[in-house]
Amino acid sequence: MNEVVRGPFDIKDYLRLQLMPHFMCPGCGHGIALRALLWAVHELGFDKNKLAVVSGIGCSGRVGAYIDANTYHTTHGRPLAFATGLKLARPDLNVVVITGDGDCLAIGGNHLIHACRRNLDLTCLMLNNEVYGMTGGQVSPTTSIDRITTTTPEGNAEPTFDACKLAEAAGASFVGREITRQAPALKNLIKAAFVHEGFSFIEAISDCTEIYGRKNDLGESPEMILSQKSDMRPEAYGDVADQPFRPNRLPTGILVERDRPEYGRVYRQRAAIERDRERR
Amino acid sequence: MSSSLASLPGNRACALGAVAAGCRFFAGYPITPSSEIAETMSRELPRVDGVFIQMEDEIASLAAVVGASLGGAKAMTATSGPGFSLMQENLGYAAMTETPCVIVNVMRGGPSTGMPTRPAQGDIMQARWGTHGDHPIIVVTPASVQEIYTETIRAFNLAEEFRTPVIVLYDEIVAHLIESVEVPARQAIVTVDRKWAAGTERDFAPYAETDDLVPVMARPGEGLRAHVTGLTHMPDGFPTQKPEFASKALQRVLDKIDRHRARIERFETLESEDAEVVIVAVGIVARAARRAVQDLRAEGIKVGLLRPITLWPFPEGAVRKAADRARRVLVPEMNAGQLVLEVERLAGARGKVVGLNRIDGEPITPAEIAAKARELVADE
Repeated sequence: MNEVVRGPFDIKDYLRLQLMPHFMCPGCGHGIALRALLWAVHELGFDKNKLAVVSGIGCSGRVGAYIDANTYHTTHGRPLAFATGLKLARPDLNVVVITGDGDCLAIGGNHLIHACRRNLDLTCLMLNNEVYGMTGGQVSPTTSIDRITTTTPEGNAEPTFDACKLAEAAGASFVGREITRQAPALKNLIKAAFVHEGFSFIEAISDCTEIYGRKNDLGESPEMILSQKSDMRPEAYGDVADQPFRPNRLPTGILVERDRPEYGRVYRQRAAIERDRERR
Repeated sequence: MSSSLASLPGNRACALGAVAAGCRFFAGYPITPSSEIAETMSRELPRVDGVFIQMEDEIASLAAVVGASLGGAKAMTATSGPGFSLMQENLGYAAMTETPCVIVNVMRGGPSTGMPTRPAQGDIMQARWGTHGDHPIIVVTPASVQEIYTETIRAFNLAEEFRTPVIVLYDEIVAHLIESVEVPARQAIVTVDRKWAAGTERDFAPYAETDDLVPVMARPGEGLRAHVTGLTHMPDGFPTQKPEFASKALQRVLDKIDRHRARIERFETLESEDAEVVIVAVGIVARAARRAVQDLRAEGIKVGLLRPITLWPFPEGAVRKAADRARRVLVPEMNAGQLVLEVERLAGARGKVVGLNRIDGEPITPAEIAAKARELVADE
């Protein structure tokens, strides 16, 4: 059954309305990222039945359930590994992974670098809100220097991860970054990632107003969103001299796009050659 | 429909049994003494349009297996103790989400890195209780290469029938033993597929209670857009923390196995009817025990054997019956005493059950078992 929604984008066509109201905090940027994702799905004319959303644990992990698609809320840090199995078994599905900065870069860091290296046709959307929100606001690998969290009461002293540089170095064939302030740009970036054949990594800069912003006097949601600029939060990364861990500017848009053989296709081609050889 | 005879090592028989059972996806990570299973699968699966992948670790391996199974493939991984420990979280996820999959654990000496190339039976309790929380599990424990082949097939069938992870647990000795295996013709192999949901109704509940307590599964891509989560969930698949739903949901997955014990349990007895001393043993140790029973019977000493083939759920009825009839129960095992705890629980009388253990990476010999059994027969 083909269930492609035509006409102008109405987010309600893609949500499980019976689950509303959602449980994200007022001002959370994840809703904007969710909207951008569904907008991209709509504009590409994807069949909801062929869309699989795999998420991990944390605030980002709970976003997937609201999508009217095949949704898999898996274990902490492992959505890319689950998605790898799902995509290899079902190449006909569009598989998108929704993950967070803790899920993807801390507990799931190993899976990220190998997913980048392998280049299976997955789209990974990492919602970066710089904090472990679900567990009450602990420091994450992307928490800016000097920020106060429940586990850095004197301010964070650990250098910040640049997820896009990590993905690029690990071999991702598509890497992009966008801010939730620029929802249409984020939508377009997600569309480009979906269209790209191979592993696509997107960092969406989100905001945690309730647990992170409040503690650090970053203002309410409007202030936090307005402070997102395309030359992202330079103060967050400290001294420029500390490159590469603290780049002074975080570029946005498509950062990497390269042709590399898509792993699933390569595997199936080799298997077919092997089967042919045996038949002869 | 004629079967053929093949000379196979245990791990290879496991892989071939899996393919015969319909396994079309394998994700794994190299670990001694199980690696031959992955190596065989990497050759066999492309031939049958299946997929093999070596993942970055055992956590990812089981995650990929569960992901493939959610997509509809029969899927398996294979490992040994350290890797099995890493798999525990996703094993619980498979149990909670009722995703069929097969996990092979070839036991080596532990704990920790232990003795990678030496046999042991140290994971008997981990196989039952390794992941956190109350959870259902099925564990089968073959004792020969032939049985590795047939039990691997049965493991897939049980996983599909009851929508649960099934563990195939055997020791390094049978893993590397080369024995004759009767390989049935393909059409003679009975395979079971999970119940797939049909239709596209809007109010489909992926975890709705059915008569047999096993819910039907929605195949992605066909119109039923289900939600799957490791969170405690309602019949509609969405999370809940309401006590009335929570207890019902967990109780059903536990009952799902318990109610079908008769179909899941499998064991073998030898001369246990009139035995004064009954031996309860699994795997390679049970084969040593078999020899001990034969030798002792030849001497006129009444000793018998009960060998669980399904280890979990434990064959409680059979063990109770055998223990009730015998004067003493002997539990030889290649660990510091795990199986013995379960037997003691069922045998009732204090002091009736005696263990015989080796933790030095060497198998227990028939002579050792016979000597202990003789001692117990003589002990009034």
